[in-house]
Amino acid sequence: MTEQLLKIRGLKIEGRSDEMWNQIVNGVDIDLMKGEVLGLIGESGAGKSTVGLAAMGFTRDGCRISEGTVEFDGVDLVNAAASVKRGLLGKRIAYVAQSAAASFNPAHKIIDQHTEGPTQHGVMGKKESEMDGMELYEKLRLPDPENIGFRYPHQVSGGQLQRAMTAMAMACRPDLIIFDEPTTALDVTTQIEVLASIRQIVEEFDTAAIYITHDLAVVAQMSDKIKVLLKGDEVEEADTRTMLSAPTQEYTKSLWAVRSFQRPSKPPVPTSATPVISVQNVTAAYGTVPVLHDVSFDIHEGRTVAVVGESGSGKSTAARCITGLLPPVSGTIEFDGVAMPLDYRKRTKDQLRQAQMIYQMADTALNPRKSIGEIIGRPVEFYMGLKGAAKRKRVDELLDQIELEPSQYFHRLPSELSGGQKQRIGIARALAAEPKFIICDEVTSALDQLVAEGILRLLAKLQDDLKLSYMFITHDLATVRAISDEVVVMKDGRVVEQGTKDEMFKPPHHPYTDLLLSSVPEMDPDWLTNLLNERGVDNIGDAAVGKMT
Amino acid sequence: MGSVGRIILQRLGLGLLTLLVVSIVIFVAVNALPGDFAEAILGQGATPEAVAAIRSDLGLDEPYLARYFGWLADALRGDLGTSFAQANFAAFAGTDAGSGLGSVAAMLGPRFANTMFLAGVTAAIAVPISVTLGILAALYRNSVFDRVANITTLTSISSPEFFLAYVLILFLAVMNPILPVLSLVNDDMGLGERLKMTLLPALTLTLVVTAHMMRMTRAAIINLLASPYIEMARLKGMSPMRVIVRHALPNALAPIINVIALNLAYLITGVVVVEVVFVYPGIGQLFVDSVKIRDIPVVQACCLIFAAAYILLNLTADILSILSNPRLRHPK
Repeated sequence: MTEQLLKIRGLKIEGRSDEMWNQIVNGVDIDLMKGEVLGLIGESGAGKSTVGLAAMGFTRDGCRISEGTVEFDGVDLVNAAASVKRGLLGKRIAYVAQSAAASFNPAHKIIDQHTEGPTQHGVMGKKESEMDGMELYEKLRLPDPENIGFRYPHQVSGGQLQRAMTAMAMACRPDLIIFDEPTTALDVTTQIEVLASIRQIVEEFDTAAIYITHDLAVVAQMSDKIKVLLKGDEVEEADTRTMLSAPTQEYTKSLWAVRSFQRPSKPPVPTSATPVISVQNVTAAYGTVPVLHDVSFDIHEGRTVAVVGESGSGKSTAARCITGLLPPVSGTIEFDGVAMPLDYRKRTKDQLRQAQMIYQMADTALNPRKSIGEIIGRPVEFYMGLKGAAKRKRVDELLDQIELEPSQYFHRLPSELSGGQKQRIGIARALAAEPKFIICDEVTSALDQLVAEGILRLLAKLQDDLKLSYMFITHDLATVRAISDEVVVMKDGRVVEQGTKDEMFKPPHHPYTDLLLSSVPEMDPDWLTNLLNERGVDNIGDAAVGKMT
Repeated sequence: MGSVGRIILQRLGLGLLTLLVVSIVIFVAVNALPGDFAEAILGQGATPEAVAAIRSDLGLDEPYLARYFGWLADALRGDLGTSFAQANFAAFAGTDAGSGLGSVAAMLGPRFANTMFLAGVTAAIAVPISVTLGILAALYRNSVFDRVANITTLTSISSPEFFLAYVLILFLAVMNPILPVLSLVNDDMGLGERLKMTLLPALTLTLVVTAHMMRMTRAAIINLLASPYIEMARLKGMSPMRVIVRHALPNALAPIINVIALNLAYLITGVVVVEVVFVYPGIGQLFVDSVKIRDIPVVQACCLIFAAAYILLNLTADILSILSNPRLRHPK
């Protein structure tokens, strides 16, 4: 345990943009002993992934290591010849990427990609490596370990692929694995399975690891020590327990405090009140494939209803039914007590105006060729009929409402804004129609926690000012806790439980709600261990098998 | 596999439908040409009576619709009709039109075989060279090799075909007489001699088609190099060659196959100039001659063959593209 494996000193990395080299990592030191796990955390843009890759002596196109040393087991990776580095990569240092679905080659079977490393590096033969792969799949509790490798990546679920990728990283029994946000793209319930698998296998083979994530609770489960990065600078480093209980830097404290945002519960809605949106017995299908079964819920004025569930549970489909993009097969959608036409093409302009949407990916939801002024001005003109100076004045008002300085942002393009700012533009565009009801589809899940919190606070403020009703689609229960008044839990296209937030977070729960709730990682470093003991390891394997079908 | 089978059958049906539409277009277009065979062959001595006699002999005086369906019905039975130019005219010889030697099928057969042979030889040279050059250009992108390959192939595609042909003749037949200037192949030749005869036109055509295929191979591969799975392959310590050939190429096949098919179709249908320069007895030259004298059955048959070649090659490309995609080969 005391032998030093990785030693990084004064690492500076430059990135190329607009024909200029800008420093993006400003001198980071890392020491990693054999078998030790370092958690690397920070917001996006902090340089976590760049540092993680640099620990392999690798930089992405448009980046270069400008200063500093990276020494792996005595080998200088910055100056080593390409062939020397290739000899280490995959064999002694392995990488697990964020999206296994994108990082497995779609053209080859999983097992062939698994055996590529060992056979090419001359560690073992193909047959031997295949057998070893099956053993690893079994250790990682993948269903049907004998055969799952002979499938193509698209035939396997995301959580299973992520575990197969961990197995692939293990194929040559490396000394160091870089995990780059391996569970960020997964549902909470799947995340647990993958976390447990990773931790088990890292412990079993005494592999050192750098675990990169923006999720503090996850890093608390996985690492021996934690290093915090901010905009390419090292903020602080300490062992996990010290870091969690006694962070010394202000920035770290602010990260820790993120989860404290919570709106006070509102008084219950009087039973006589007419809901703004009432979804009644809605059943919907894509073609002949049924996706929603008899879904009903109400959303009242000034309230937020959080719709939670794993991906594929029908959350977004319910939103598509409300907006009329997917006319339901049966059921009704009422607005202010009046049934709306099910197809959006048959709705009046005013009915369309009243229900607006904010999307998950602000990047793709904003037209990259239009300025901010045009993006927000369009619905102002279309719905409110304002033109010229009046339109400009209204756009400025809206920009003020989302806390962006109008004169500074009016003429900018979306590409010049940060993720959080883009999402604010998405909010302004929805507000421009002056709706009573807004659907927020995973609006914070692509954002860092600090930025996400800013968006949640803004949405809460707007709701109070404008008496808005929100349908808040999310799979993140921390967000639910922060912003919702009522919760609808969905699974396989059905509502399994609904009620006020206070009811939902207090037992007894529906078993599925319970599974969701208990799967949300907590800051306690012993949380995962305790949970696994509680559930029993076999339970998790069963859950994985259940997902297959 | 069931879904792939269904897709292939569907494409096949669409291909046949396209061919039918094309046959209508051909018929209308050919008949819209000014002048007709009777006027063309009689030249200045055309008296109205003689023109009318030949027309009625050839059935040119029948209504368009009747002629189209008659031709279509014959074509479906495999009878492409009789060349006007080879026909014995009842008006002059007293025998029935169409009973002579000049059936279109007999005329086209050997010519078509020659064209296919030339296209085949060219493809056998050009496709491996283009794909290899494309892979190497992607591997050493932005290097001197990449630039030289790009500039050379671009220059050759930008030069007129007859110019390339004469340059090759100059170097390979006149200055260093290793290859014959004229490609007068005939049925009695052995394969070796035939190959030697065909090599110069084949090389000319190779110069014409290589650039397109090479650049598409390069672009399709480079397009994928930013993919996470390519980064993963590099982080697994795989060599640059292996990253490109094993990890990028299989995913870049669909666009490459389509460009190859397009170029092969060109080799069958668009090589008139090269045939003329080398006096190669292919289908292209026959086609041009037949248009000149308004020999409608031959023109129609040529067009139909060209259209069928295009449709068949594109169909093959579609099917190969589908087969190169594991998502379609192995549904969930």
